[in-house]
Amino acid sequence: MTATEVPVPTSPAGNPIGFGRMLRKEDARFLRGQGHYIDDVQLPGMLHAAILRSSYAHARITGIDTSAAEAHPKVKAVITGATLEGLNLAWMPTLSGDVQSVLATDKVRFQGQEVAFVIAEDEYSARDALELIEVDYEPLPAVVDARKALEPDAPVIRDDLEGRTDNRIYDWEAGDKAACDEVFAGAEVVVAEDMLYPRVHPAPMETCGSVAHMDKVTGKLTVWTTTQAPHAHRTLYAIVAGLPEHKIQIISPDIGGGFGNKVGIYPGYVCAVVGSIVTGAPVKWIEDRSENLMSTSFARDYHMHGEIASTREGKILGLRVDVLADHGAFNGVAQPTKYPAGFFHIFTGSYDYPAAHCHVRAVYTNKAPGGVAYACSFRITEAVYLVERMVNCLADELGMDPAELRMKNLLRPEQFPYTTPTGWEYDSGNYPAALEEAMRIAGYEELRREQAERRADPAGKPLMGIGISFFTEGVGAGPRKHMDILGLGMADGCELRVHPTGKAQLRLSVQTQGQGHETTFAQIVSHELGIPPEDIEVIHGDTDNTPFGLGTYGSRSTPVSGAAAAVAAQRVREKARIIAATALECSPDDLEWELGRWQVKGDPEQGKTIPEIAFASHGNLELPEGVEGHLDASVVYNPPNLTYPFGAYICVVDVDPETGEVKVRRFIAVDDCGPRINPMIVEGQIHGGLADGIGMALMEAIAFDPEGNNLGGSFMDYLLPTSLECPSYELGMTVTPSPHHPIGAKGVGESATVGSPPAVVNAVLDALEIRQADMPFTPAVVWRAMQGRPLRTDLAIE
Amino acid sequence: MQTPATFHYERAGSVEEAISLLERHGPETRLLAGGHSLLPMMKIRLASPGTLVDINGLAELDYIRLEGDEIAIGALTRHTGVLDSAVLAEHYRIFAEAERVIADPLVRNRGTVGGSLCQADPAEDLSAVFSALRADLVVASASGRRSVPVREFHLGPYETVVGENEILIEARVPVRPGAGSAYEKVERRAGDWAVAATGAFVQLRDGLAVDVGIGLSAVGADHHSCAEAEEQLRGRELTPDAIAAAAATCRDRCHPTADQRGPVDYKRHLVEVLVTRALTRALERARGEEA
Repeated sequence: MTATEVPVPTSPAGNPIGFGRMLRKEDARFLRGQGHYIDDVQLPGMLHAAILRSSYAHARITGIDTSAAEAHPKVKAVITGATLEGLNLAWMPTLSGDVQSVLATDKVRFQGQEVAFVIAEDEYSARDALELIEVDYEPLPAVVDARKALEPDAPVIRDDLEGRTDNRIYDWEAGDKAACDEVFAGAEVVVAEDMLYPRVHPAPMETCGSVAHMDKVTGKLTVWTTTQAPHAHRTLYAIVAGLPEHKIQIISPDIGGGFGNKVGIYPGYVCAVVGSIVTGAPVKWIEDRSENLMSTSFARDYHMHGEIASTREGKILGLRVDVLADHGAFNGVAQPTKYPAGFFHIFTGSYDYPAAHCHVRAVYTNKAPGGVAYACSFRITEAVYLVERMVNCLADELGMDPAELRMKNLLRPEQFPYTTPTGWEYDSGNYPAALEEAMRIAGYEELRREQAERRADPAGKPLMGIGISFFTEGVGAGPRKHMDILGLGMADGCELRVHPTGKAQLRLSVQTQGQGHETTFAQIVSHELGIPPEDIEVIHGDTDNTPFGLGTYGSRSTPVSGAAAAVAAQRVREKARIIAATALECSPDDLEWELGRWQVKGDPEQGKTIPEIAFASHGNLELPEGVEGHLDASVVYNPPNLTYPFGAYICVVDVDPETGEVKVRRFIAVDDCGPRINPMIVEGQIHGGLADGIGMALMEAIAFDPEGNNLGGSFMDYLLPTSLECPSYELGMTVTPSPHHPIGAKGVGESATVGSPPAVVNAVLDALEIRQADMPFTPAVVWRAMQGRPLRTDLAIE
Repeated sequence: MQTPATFHYERAGSVEEAISLLERHGPETRLLAGGHSLLPMMKIRLASPGTLVDINGLAELDYIRLEGDEIAIGALTRHTGVLDSAVLAEHYRIFAEAERVIADPLVRNRGTVGGSLCQADPAEDLSAVFSALRADLVVASASGRRSVPVREFHLGPYETVVGENEILIEARVPVRPGAGSAYEKVERRAGDWAVAATGAFVQLRDGLAVDVGIGLSAVGADHHSCAEAEEQLRGRELTPDAIAAAAATCRDRCHPTADQRGPVDYKRHLVEVLVTRALTRALERARGEEA
């Protein structure tokens, strides 16, 4: 079903009452340069900090001399690992049950690791003082290639952990191995392929930073910080630093992009807190671009071996996967506790087959920690890449059109809710309709005809490639009984207050980093209460002023907090019904809801609007027994399941066979995220995700040299796409509501980032008429792939 | 936050004043023109000059004009001035073609011709353009002015013949009636430094190439050029085979190094492809075949 937007009444300001396109409420301040980011925070007497970082990937620290730095006239304090050891803060827990060094004590384990923290009167002096610190290093051999991490002679990176004799973090499996092996043993066709999803970085426009202020008089710690999860951070500070939680306030002001980069707690944040305690003054720490790229949460770094089994006719029978996961020096992955490989075991994708098994082995290397970031939906990015590449490999093996093979195997609408072989329950979907719509927009048959003509004419250059990907996302973590982070369940609180004049405030636990929450959530309430979105203020990003919840990542805001907001508004509406009935001296059952107003059935002249009801609820109206005054609601929403948005993407590329340059000619994206609350915001998120995907497919990667030096530590080396690399996107949509979400909405923030890389890669490989090469497809990588001499894209090239 | 180390700042009102400021503040002094290489290097502390002499006020060095049979380009001419110059567009299309792929509009609005040449980044584009055209560069000091052929200007990566108390003030390009020129660059992304880049001009008389220039960037070519390949073509008819042979010479004579932009074999291959393309298009323009 192709859906069109349903017109709704408009407010006095011209905004839709409920769902529809409207300009973002937050844009008024952003477009005027009036946003308020961490670095805009200025406090009286505030000091500035800088971090000394390791130049080695792996080295033993034999001495640190800070005396010259401390003698600098503007330096207030120099904190080292030894200082922190005295406070029992030299190590902190990670989100995956490991520990991470705050400031190195024994060894440095990746280039860019935090070694010392200097606090000075200004940022220039702090930076100057870094050069006055002398660290004696005894270099150690580094583990750079994840594939060699478990070799017997590999140096043990985590000798800080009791009894640790190798670099293995975990082995983890999902699916029925025996049943899967049996299917493979009997299959007519089995195709195997190795592929790397290289280490990439979310690279938000605003780097990470923090201003910590410990008020010695009140004992209250206030931290302005770049966090996607303010409440989780508050609890973690309480746990890490042993501070009383009710005396901690986390403020996350405007955030300049997160993409998962701002989920965890970084050493710099902890040091700023310690620095404020030590100096008695507010301490600001803002990392620079290289620090952000080299030390904060990376993404991917999955070495995958896939095998797909099918009949000769192209009926897929099974998929099995072996993954080597490079987690860097500390297991700092942010994901629900039960899932060490995130949601990777959703790798069976959008297709109907019974057999699946995966084994994930994670290892330590001398690289920065992280692993779940860059809009990846807890590793669904890697899973979708794997299955969409494997399906293309199978199509190649069978000599079948990849669209036809997909159509033959996609789950059918009547199979939903569908339980996958690895245990996920997809809530709803009409997959063939989405693929048909994408093929219609693309003019798929005509494109294939054009490609055939080009291939028939050897002088016809450039080479033309068409790539498809079909993805199923799983977003909105998640049900409490299955999902927690460090024991904190993933339900979200929400509070809605309607003031006497009918204007409302909505308090959320999630925190926008550019997703437009102040608009989208106002529209959700507007949809339920019929009051204009401009009359609803969204309050977020301040733990003292919002209810508890786990934050914004994994596309969870609309599926979880959006549901919470809808339920809160529905509760307010039901309470309004009782108050209206009291005012109208009738039974609540005699009333019917007409957008923004409860009215008497059969006598619509008799009714009360929400503002009238709000005033009455705060006034002198005698309310029935058991009904309290005011018009408020408070909700904790525990999602019964994830939501499962999906989409069909088609990419058309032209490749210069002489230079290897790839030009993305067209990109068609059909997304189904259920009803679209603000289609403009949804489209904006899709545009951004498609740019991400083109970037990852064509240019983004952090590679390392044999000594473990990071080769992606600046925007000269770590390339992000510009408008010149991105075509004018062609978007389409289908609408399949989620059956369990109160307004049917599914998350969409990461869909395009998850779905687009395999479409671009499949297109490039189609142009080259080869089966496999690894991202990113820089001109050099393409040219070498054409020659059958592929380059390692994770390590320095020869 | 990226913060430079402490430095002293001076602003020059004339070329003479700039030179005297260089003399007064000594060898740790750097000229500040567009600042698009120097300032980032200072912010990440790859450079920590003791003094900056700001020459952005020297409007006298911002010009492009025809002087007899030469085009004079002032050292403080911004990239965008080169891109938009009618004089250069009339005589050498190579300039606008190169400028269009140098960095981005923000950098081009500020970055200067002189700064690009003196920064001497081995992947810089204008060095290849001027080298292809065999320009002369004029350097001023307290004792007067000297002219240096561009192919003798660069001593190596980030190193030129400009002395401590000298300023590059002008580039002079000979006008070659009937010449066609072109620039070719492969980059990983718009605004990136070249993986490899080539510029070329061809001047014809009676169907033969009376003069040819080839410039190369980012591939370790001696003097950003390939004199042997030029010699191969001079005085000859530029048949596809002749161009291919010259391109192969360029490929074999350059010294690229492997980095994130590509391995050596790929860069050599690119040199061959791009020299062929640049020469072919320059030839078409010299023949008036391409608009």
